[in-house]
Amino acid sequence: MGRYVVQRLGQMVPVVIGTTFLIYALVWALPGDPFAARCGDRPCPQNYVDRMTAEYNLDDPLPIAYLQYMGKLLTGDFGQTFSGASIAAELAQRYPITLQLTLLAILVEVVIGVAAGVLAGIRRGGFVDNLVLVSTLVVVSIPVFVLGLLAQVTFGVRLGWFPVTSDGSLYSLVLPAVVLGSLSLAFVARLVRANLVENLRTDYVRTAIAKGLPRQRVIGVHTLRNSLIPVVTFVGADFGGLLGGAVVVEGIFNIPGVGNMIFRGINAHEGATVTAAVTVLVLVFMIVNLLVDLLYAVLDPRIRHV
Amino acid sequence: MSRRRGGGHAAAVPRSLAGDAWRDLRRSPLFVGSAAIILVLVAMAAVPGLFTNADPRACDLAYSRQPPSGDAWFGYDLQGCDMYARTIYGARASILVGVLTTVVIAVVGSVVGMFAGYHGGRVDALLSRFTDMFFAVPMLLGAIIVLATFPSTIDTPSWQTIGKVVLALGVLGWTTVARLMRSTVIQVKQSDYVQAARGLGAGSRRVLLRHVLPNAVAPVVVYSTIILGVFVVLEATLSFLGIGLQAPVISWGIAISDARAYIRQSPHMLLFPGAFLSVTVLAFIMLGDAVRDAFDPRLR
Amino acid sequence: MRGSTRRGAVVAAAVGLTLVLAACGGDDDGGDDSGSGGDGGSSEGPTGSVSINSTQPENPLIPTTTNEVGGGNIVDAMWTGLVSYDSATGEPGLAVAESIEPNEDFTQFTITIKDGWTFHDGSPVTAQSFVDAWNFGAYGPNAQLNQYFFGPDGANIAGYDAVAGQTDDTGAFVEGSATAETMSGLEVVDESTFTVTLGSPNSLFETIIGYSAFYPMPESFFTDQAAFIEHPVGNGPFEFVEEVPNTSINLTAFADYAGDPKPQVENIEYRVYADLDAAYADVVANQLDILDKIPPVGLAGDVWKTDLEGRSASEPLTTRFTSMTFPLTNTEAWADPNLRKAISLAIDREAVIAAAYGPGNYVPANSWVPPGNDGYVEGTCGEWCEFDATKAQELYAQTAGVQGTLLISSNSDGGHREWVEAACTSIRETLGIDCQGDYDPDFGSFRARVNANEITNPFRTGWVADYPSIQNFLAPLYTSNGSANDGGYSNPQFDELIRQAAGLEGQEALDLYNQAESLLSEDMAIIPLWYDNGQRGWSTNVNEPQFTWKGYVDPLSISVQN
Repeated sequence: MGRYVVQRLGQMVPVVIGTTFLIYALVWALPGDPFAARCGDRPCPQNYVDRMTAEYNLDDPLPIAYLQYMGKLLTGDFGQTFSGASIAAELAQRYPITLQLTLLAILVEVVIGVAAGVLAGIRRGGFVDNLVLVSTLVVVSIPVFVLGLLAQVTFGVRLGWFPVTSDGSLYSLVLPAVVLGSLSLAFVARLVRANLVENLRTDYVRTAIAKGLPRQRVIGVHTLRNSLIPVVTFVGADFGGLLGGAVVVEGIFNIPGVGNMIFRGINAHEGATVTAAVTVLVLVFMIVNLLVDLLYAVLDPRIRHV
Repeated sequence: MSRRRGGGHAAAVPRSLAGDAWRDLRRSPLFVGSAAIILVLVAMAAVPGLFTNADPRACDLAYSRQPPSGDAWFGYDLQGCDMYARTIYGARASILVGVLTTVVIAVVGSVVGMFAGYHGGRVDALLSRFTDMFFAVPMLLGAIIVLATFPSTIDTPSWQTIGKVVLALGVLGWTTVARLMRSTVIQVKQSDYVQAARGLGAGSRRVLLRHVLPNAVAPVVVYSTIILGVFVVLEATLSFLGIGLQAPVISWGIAISDARAYIRQSPHMLLFPGAFLSVTVLAFIMLGDAVRDAFDPRLR
Repeated sequence: MRGSTRRGAVVAAAVGLTLVLAACGGDDDGGDDSGSGGDGGSSEGPTGSVSINSTQPENPLIPTTTNEVGGGNIVDAMWTGLVSYDSATGEPGLAVAESIEPNEDFTQFTITIKDGWTFHDGSPVTAQSFVDAWNFGAYGPNAQLNQYFFGPDGANIAGYDAVAGQTDDTGAFVEGSATAETMSGLEVVDESTFTVTLGSPNSLFETIIGYSAFYPMPESFFTDQAAFIEHPVGNGPFEFVEEVPNTSINLTAFADYAGDPKPQVENIEYRVYADLDAAYADVVANQLDILDKIPPVGLAGDVWKTDLEGRSASEPLTTRFTSMTFPLTNTEAWADPNLRKAISLAIDREAVIAAAYGPGNYVPANSWVPPGNDGYVEGTCGEWCEFDATKAQELYAQTAGVQGTLLISSNSDGGHREWVEAACTSIRETLGIDCQGDYDPDFGSFRARVNANEITNPFRTGWVADYPSIQNFLAPLYTSNGSANDGGYSNPQFDELIRQAAGLEGQEALDLYNQAESLLSEDMAIIPLWYDNGQRGWSTNVNEPQFTWKGYVDPLSISVQN
């Protein structure tokens, strides 16, 4: 297993190189002129455009610009945004907040999602099952911006239970995390339910019940553990999605997170900003997925990594 | 485990799994119900004129955001267009985008995931890391690039525009399916029956299709039926930015996103397209459940 | 390369600052004035802390390169120029300047400055502070975003061309073409006096130099720019305390501020919001003190009036103007003025505003200059800006019509999509032709197409005045070589009238500007749509703040409730 882990860590190098190139190239390919928006309803002074073009290698062909970027990156220089702010400093500021938010959201979706999924799966067609189904339909068809706005107005402004926007405290991230995790929660609950239903039909469960083991123990120990592999996989994949994809929730609750940084970077055509933010994201994502793969063996002893 | 295949039916006529499934399906209320809803939705998408006489593009600013009434059952939207007509006419683009994108990601993701999980080792490493790279691209960035590379003009036929939106959403959407499929295939391939089939000398294609896939497809079905609804809403984000479907195409997603600022004053603008989207997703979730039950070998 | 190492130092310092701030972030005082009100105890001097919504400044806080709202508001709070504009009327009045004396043809001005003004670092504000700052802003290699304010589009100081350098046929800057570092038109007479010679007569000089590009800079800026960017130093009522990137910028009242009136509030936090909806929710919940613009989520259905009852206001802004421009140089399709007039007649501005922004939240335009500006004449657009379906159809029938679908181009964000859709609905219903929006995902992509002259159908144009003058609404936008003439409108008569007006003063000048404006209504190459109203809200912690002529918070008017 040690070898497997080392191999997987080694594989990160080509992925990071591939990702940086892919992202850099995509931002490069974005249509439009990055400096067209910076001077209101008139073109920017040519001096300014020229200076920025030279400073950010915007005139060089893609491979050269990319190599220059990577050269700097290897020396630990993440570069600057077009506003002259350090990208490294911004990453250091935003990632901890985003990580907190993401972990909270994951906590919400795992705890509530698994519980709801189990209750729904045990009694197909029961009250909880239908509740899970209806909630799923609701969160799927109400977009997250509406959900966020409603949650903010209700629990923040009207009831005052939560801060309306983020004040930097962990508590102020709870409401956004619930909103952020709500859609994934539906996925988790339904995945747990489906796998539980399926596994409850297997021979070994029937055997266990026939042997007279208490139903709770059968479900808790034998079935649930075996049902969790797709759930863990989904949560692992979702982790990455939540890290970078929280733009809307970050906006509603004014959280200075990475999603906004990536969004702004794309809008401003800042290749360096987007690439740096996404690369860190990919690293986190790959480590999480490695952990997920290792978890497979824990959840199902038949699976071995060689 | 030995009872699995056709154990209960020592019938004279050899029947396939699919044949059994179909017989079961026809009797399943879940299936009949969902099929009926889907048929209605398909009819709506194909011949919207059957359901309404109103012209969804005849709008009058004077009626902007008026609530439901006898004249307009669903009220009017921001532009003073009849919401009922627009919801009916919106079915086509929304269902096409939702279903096609889901099919694309389910197929691509399943194939990649299945090979990675089944073969393991280098194949897995290569495919999984490839998936990681695709995963990294922000949806917005990828979609802008795809849609900017193939720009639509006012004269582009709407099926082409829809195709581009499906491509834009699909190209980055398959990664989760791939990982889900890979995870269950890894689990399933350890099972006795798969080992047995391999031991008996079945080709890997046969093992994959006959033994692994039917047992590993459940999580992908669950994921796909829900993500279908998400794609319909995501399409609206692209449309809103001006790179997705554009007028004169009508879609639920656009209606939902238009309602954004007005949820407190004019909830009907969100309610009706949202409800139709819910029903669509419900139908597909039910269908997924029914089909999975029918194909589950353990229920035989 | 040198640039990047220099920035490296700033970054290191900024990170240190962030850590310190994070460490003492415990005493949360956001918007709550009870704590700070207690410690002073005196009615003299500024008291309390307030928060104002802001955006992350896009550029370093240097007046000559700050041209967007987020940075602009902070720069305006930190600096005072020779001239400042009256909050209410926008009328320019002397601030740091003791006097500004023009010669008889408005080509030379002698400026003396008041004694006793100092920068926040204690150094005195002298004539040199202004001359150095202006030369820095105009110097080509410095590539300042507000450079053009010193050239023909703004004050037109003599010797600008030599300092700014040249561009070649493709528009690229010619290396080494800036032959001088200082403008010949600027001359320091003594410590407190300097003269400005202009390249052409300009009666508006006194108005123009109130703009932030003309603020003075302390000596320390020229010796160590990196340190300045990290801790900017101005001469205005508020001084810089600290910046937490993407979160807030904090200012405090400058004790030795020489201007009048004095600040009434001690600390101002400019809180960065990526999405204005969040700021709206905060001000409703009293967690933000001042919101200078109500977003669509509040305007829709007028919920802001009940959400913020007794602590909100709306007033017409004299500085913003939205229009639709026909491209005239890259296509013949819009060459017929009657077609342009027919389209203008077909837009029911009142209904479009009601649908897109809420009834009455914007004002239908019937002129190219918003009311409140000197020289505004009501209805210069006349009948062409009044919705009239019959007349529109009649006029349209006389033209060759629109080929295919009428497209209107805009960026889709910023609430523009809504009105474009509504305008199209209006045109479609009136003229019976197909009309659709043609959107770019963001302002940048849209402006790139406009700047490249690629759009061959009518498109959105908006203007925010740099300084309060009718000239600023006409010259840059509609003269043949105006810096913001997007549609390629060209009328030699118009150019001539604008040129003549620049050499005149008072009513004489205004008359010529009005004559020029009436030419616009004959051509209708640019359709006026509406003027903005400014809606704003505040918390129960503060008294009603006043707003500047530009529609932003006047920091000197802010006071906390006792």
